[in-house]
Amino acid sequence: MEAFKKLDSTAASLQVANIDTDQIIPARFLKTPRSTNHGEFLFHDIRRNSSGELDPNFILNTPENKQTQILVADTNFGCGSSRESAVYALFDAGIRCVIAPSFGDIFYNNSIKNGLLPIELDRNEIEDIWQILKTANNTRIEVDLKNQTIHLPNGKNINFQIDPFRKQTLIEGLDDIDLTLKYRQLIEDHETSNAVERPWIATIS
Amino acid sequence: MPQTLFEKIWSRHVIVEREDGTCLLSIDRHLCHEGSFHAFDKLERENRVIRRPDLTIGIADHYVSTKAPELGNEEHELRIPIEKLTANTKKAGIQLYGIGTPEQGIVHVTGPEQGLTLPGIILVCGDSHTATHGALGCLAFGIGASEVAHVLATQTLWQEKPKTMRINIDGELAAGVVAKDIILHLISVIGANGATGYMIEYAGSTVENLSVEGRMTMCNMSIEAGGRAGMIAPDEKTFNYLKDRKHSPKNENWDLAVTDWKTLFSDANAVFDKEVNIKASDIAPSLTWGNSPEEALPVTGKIPDPKNESDVSRREALEFTLQYMGLNPGTSLKDIEVDRVFIGSCTNSRIEDLRAAAAIARGRTTQVPAIVVPGSAMIKKQAEDEGLAKIFVDAGFDWRATGCSMCVGMNGDLTPPGERCASTSNRNFKGRQGPGSRTHLMSPAMAAAAAIMGRITDIRELEPVDL
Repeated sequence: MEAFKKLDSTAASLQVANIDTDQIIPARFLKTPRSTNHGEFLFHDIRRNSSGELDPNFILNTPENKQTQILVADTNFGCGSSRESAVYALFDAGIRCVIAPSFGDIFYNNSIKNGLLPIELDRNEIEDIWQILKTANNTRIEVDLKNQTIHLPNGKNINFQIDPFRKQTLIEGLDDIDLTLKYRQLIEDHETSNAVERPWIATIS
Repeated sequence: MPQTLFEKIWSRHVIVEREDGTCLLSIDRHLCHEGSFHAFDKLERENRVIRRPDLTIGIADHYVSTKAPELGNEEHELRIPIEKLTANTKKAGIQLYGIGTPEQGIVHVTGPEQGLTLPGIILVCGDSHTATHGALGCLAFGIGASEVAHVLATQTLWQEKPKTMRINIDGELAAGVVAKDIILHLISVIGANGATGYMIEYAGSTVENLSVEGRMTMCNMSIEAGGRAGMIAPDEKTFNYLKDRKHSPKNENWDLAVTDWKTLFSDANAVFDKEVNIKASDIAPSLTWGNSPEEALPVTGKIPDPKNESDVSRREALEFTLQYMGLNPGTSLKDIEVDRVFIGSCTNSRIEDLRAAAAIARGRTTQVPAIVVPGSAMIKKQAEDEGLAKIFVDAGFDWRATGCSMCVGMNGDLTPPGERCASTSNRNFKGRQGPGSRTHLMSPAMAAAAAIMGRITDIRELEPVDL
């Protein structure tokens, strides 16, 4: 997994609540292998008009947001289906950080596993960021995971919370399977004692 | 110290607990469908071994054609994920309930039906509707592809302990009100992220009085309230449901299991992080009108008016939703005409669902295209044996083979752009049933009534048929 580096990027506001993973990537693209660039699938149907052309008003279709790495979204971003392709699509489109008042739980976990940082802030802080992005001369935001700080274009800083283990995973680009396999003996011991206490679970009969 | 049902199950599965409270949990059962190819591909790339192939079962459901199931799918492109599942499970030594097997069905229908789902276990699947299995008193939740790979490689998962929420539903349900109406009402009350970060336990007399299948419908949509898992304490109904299922414990193991399962309930003074109380008498036959499952109303309701919304961003969002859905403020839900009907999905495709829909369809004729997709091959056969299939066919419904079908549209069963579908599935998201599709979620009886009348119908007002 790619290690998460400090971001200094334009940020795009997506002021719509309950952006579900079906909107992030429609189901018909889910049969695509990971080796294919998923970036073109991102928000596929909601960033296009009825004739299939890119809608110039959609926030990620504007020239200044072509290279944006940061999305400032609304409540319950990534709710719905567990499809990890939603994170692949964001990542391959260059997005490295989504800031929102809340996230779908599965989406949040999937993000961490793919080097994408989800940041939860109070909704009033998000509203402030939207306002700043709308009125400031530039929309550059810095995201410093090590110090858990967001630097806004008006000079203001916001601190954010993240579980220390997830933070480490992101910064070092760790794959937790290797970490888990270090506990192999404990896993086997657990299975052995479980088979004695609850033999009907130990195998599929 | 008194414990919740969730805490009892959680503590049994903790292998390692980190200082921050995150735990390494043992996983008892893992179900995988076609979407698992991402996880198998990752393991292949990393040259990893599948640790306990005997604890995973593969089931084909998402891409399976409901019209030509013996081919897998009539479209080559849609057969590929099914073929990958077959190849990956074969290579790993994982048992597969694939195309044409008598056990095949939607993963969340097949699991309980085959006795793979048992009280007290932790069951995972790369699908957000895995919460369904919690209806049998286990901890079941959906995971992404990386976590599926982690389970395959280790038979464990790292999980942060969720907060707990008990939702107490008490009292008698009014006539015509079923499990689907309860869960739609509940989500409209607590919101689409009302349970985010929480593990839900459903309790109270209304829940106790539901059948096991009704409980599955409720737990299934926990994720639509943001909850990764929903569960219900197992009782005699649960034990009767599981007895003699293919993979249920047998003989002395059955007796041991039931003795254990009887200890699985929340203790009298157990503390939950949050409690929600719902009165059964407040619930009417309900349906959704918007693009979030929280946008549900009783069938007697009217489309809300954006003018009454003071928050600007909410007003704009509501206007956008009504535009997408092709609806006008103030319209009575009962005046909305539908273009097609889908009865199926892991939410509502079990035998009781089909009986409820058939009771409405009997002796009547559909006004719009309507398909019925049973949740498993076993349910299909049972419905045919009971005469339900004939009732549907005589009424003009299209009787199909099992699969996820038009809930997610991945197998090619789509609602065309701009068309309005009365659906018994779980998500009314924009484009969920196909690009431009407009979905209204409701119970099987309500969906059958919509097919018969060609519009949203209050089943309580449907005149009886002389047969």
